[in-house]
Amino acid sequence: MNHIRSHIMVCTGTGCTSSDSPRLISAFEEELLRAGMEQEVRVVKTGCFGLCAMGPIVMVFPEGACYTQVKLEDVPEIVSEHIVKGRIVTRLLHKEDAGADAVTSLAETNFYKNQMRIALRNCGVINPESIDEYIGVDGYTALERILTEQTPPQEIIDCIKKSGLRGRGGAGFSTGMKWQFTYDAKSDDGVKFVACNADEGDPGAFMDRSVLEGDPFSVIEAMTIAGYAIGAHQGYIYIRAEYPIAVKRLEIAIGQAKDYGLLGKDILGSGFDFDLELRLGAGAFVCGEETALMTSIEGHRGEPRPRPPFPANKGLFAKPTLLNNVETYANITWILNNGWEKFAAIGTEKSKGTKVFALGGKITNTGLVEIPMGTTLRTIVYDIGGGCPNGKKFKAAQTGGPSGGCIPESLIDTPIDYDSLTAIGSMMGSGGLIVMDEDNCMVDIAKFFLEFCVDESCGKCTPCRIGTKRLLDLLTKITDGNGTLEDLDTIEELCYHLKDSSLCALGQSAPNPVLSTLKYFKDEYIAHVVEKRCPAGVCKKLLKYEIVADKCKGCTLCARNCPVGAISGVVKGPHFIDTEKCIKCGLCQSNCRFGAIVKH
Amino acid sequence: MKSLEELKAIREKMKRQMEVRDNDENTIRVVVGMATCGIAAGARPVMTAFLDEVERRGLKNVSVSQTGCIGVCRLEPVAEVFVPGQEKVTYVKLRPDMVPAIVEQHLVNHNVVTDYTIGAAE
Repeated sequence: MNHIRSHIMVCTGTGCTSSDSPRLISAFEEELLRAGMEQEVRVVKTGCFGLCAMGPIVMVFPEGACYTQVKLEDVPEIVSEHIVKGRIVTRLLHKEDAGADAVTSLAETNFYKNQMRIALRNCGVINPESIDEYIGVDGYTALERILTEQTPPQEIIDCIKKSGLRGRGGAGFSTGMKWQFTYDAKSDDGVKFVACNADEGDPGAFMDRSVLEGDPFSVIEAMTIAGYAIGAHQGYIYIRAEYPIAVKRLEIAIGQAKDYGLLGKDILGSGFDFDLELRLGAGAFVCGEETALMTSIEGHRGEPRPRPPFPANKGLFAKPTLLNNVETYANITWILNNGWEKFAAIGTEKSKGTKVFALGGKITNTGLVEIPMGTTLRTIVYDIGGGCPNGKKFKAAQTGGPSGGCIPESLIDTPIDYDSLTAIGSMMGSGGLIVMDEDNCMVDIAKFFLEFCVDESCGKCTPCRIGTKRLLDLLTKITDGNGTLEDLDTIEELCYHLKDSSLCALGQSAPNPVLSTLKYFKDEYIAHVVEKRCPAGVCKKLLKYEIVADKCKGCTLCARNCPVGAISGVVKGPHFIDTEKCIKCGLCQSNCRFGAIVKH
Repeated sequence: MKSLEELKAIREKMKRQMEVRDNDENTIRVVVGMATCGIAAGARPVMTAFLDEVERRGLKNVSVSQTGCIGVCRLEPVAEVFVPGQEKVTYVKLRPDMVPAIVEQHLVNHNVVTDYTIGAAE
């Protein structure tokens, strides 16, 4: 007989794992054993709840109490108070901000209220290492129905087409069309492949990782259905080796699916065969590009090749291949189970459904959010994200990582969808959303993303290999204070050359951060070039520290802390900074008790 | 290798087990007093009986949990039933054999078992 009356759900995504959630699980188990309640309370590991900044997160059901930043020493209290006596431990409950009341239901928070979880529907709901739990939330009903009714593949493809689902990897191509092309493609020996792009490489992006860590089965089921729809019997998931938890959960999930006969030969006695294999990438950014990814799966060096031929006609091992992103697959069974009409009712005219974003940078609620398409950036930053911390002013948001652009504050009411973002010079990208406040220098940001692209350029084509490097040289010239106004024109021209002539999306989109900052923050560039000044006080070469003689008491604290001995002066007399020696580390300023050191 | 029927059985079983994670407003809550006084008077078999009975009938939207001392130690074991939108009902001096009647009449058919309530005992 089942006597389980309460479930303690502990997040074991990468974020909460790094704040020690696995040890919480064993602590809960020990404490329950001590209370003699191991038979009535179950401790369940689960996926990401989204509030990564507040981890580790523990949810206790049936009350649905959400405890945040739970420490090991809090465990006995939760067990003895909440589990034994039924009294919720209010001091550990999630609070929206410091002064606010504790919330007992996460659904009521601003963070969740504006969200809609489709791709993340099972994250934080099921145990990602249990196929039984996935089946318990109606997992595998779509595959069962399709195989037992022998649904014609064209019917499935039409359903995906009509839903309006577009690729969640960034470019936003119609998923249904991609399935159609691969279905229509002729293969000489009948072999086709299904592949999943889990090579999430944008700095600050962790949507795909979270989906795979929280709900690997939905991706596996969707790939199996895709195999049935396009006529493939083998699938590959290309995932980066830097995601050890996601890799492990995928391995467990594939193993369980094979045990249940939901992968392998003759699935559910239907005669349909489909198998899945993992391929680990070594973390090269370019391998997220589809042709490079497939070259890498084949065992070669991950380099892109020109398209056409497109993967739908000539992909893996020169066979027709369907390649979709993790989040795209995570939407498939929801659409098949709920109907395309319901999916198409969400979002804007040309962008349907929802999009997952990894919120990062200068934002209070760092974490994972899923919003209906068309939600404004303002809602994401202020309502869901809680604004910039420490009362700083929002300056810009970067979407799409190194391929995307910066959205300035003046465009904060832009609805987030594929076409609106492209129209303002950014792009949807895979879903990284980095928030910047007044302390960020936009030239420095452009430089940061460009440095990333220089490092990650595979070097196969000249425009990308040399162009990104030259672009970086020009930007460095500006942040060093040696730039001229002509350089700005050269930068812009070089950007367009790169866009037009690079072989793959890496080089074609590398100039986006430069172009968009140049468009919306030209005044900052001009300040660097003409006034030799960095308005945000970030670019070190343009900074100067000075001691205000009137305020200096001659305490010598700055001189003693200066790592390069650039400060001189006598005790109780004003001190001076030797700007030749100064390395602009800022230690003197942070140590001065009289506010006598200024930066300009 | 599982057959369709086996998958269906797993789905049904897991749905019941995971029911505990739906905390919508319509959930009927049964709270059993499990402080020292309650446990000494035999509250644990009473709670187990509630869990068994709810499971046996496959009731949805019912949660069974425990609490500390409700304050009438002389009437333990005590259980309180909270039906959303109605006043709470307190059952006292419970024995496991009284539980099926409460589950059937109160939780399923929404008729309070007045014989077992605190009003009847006083």
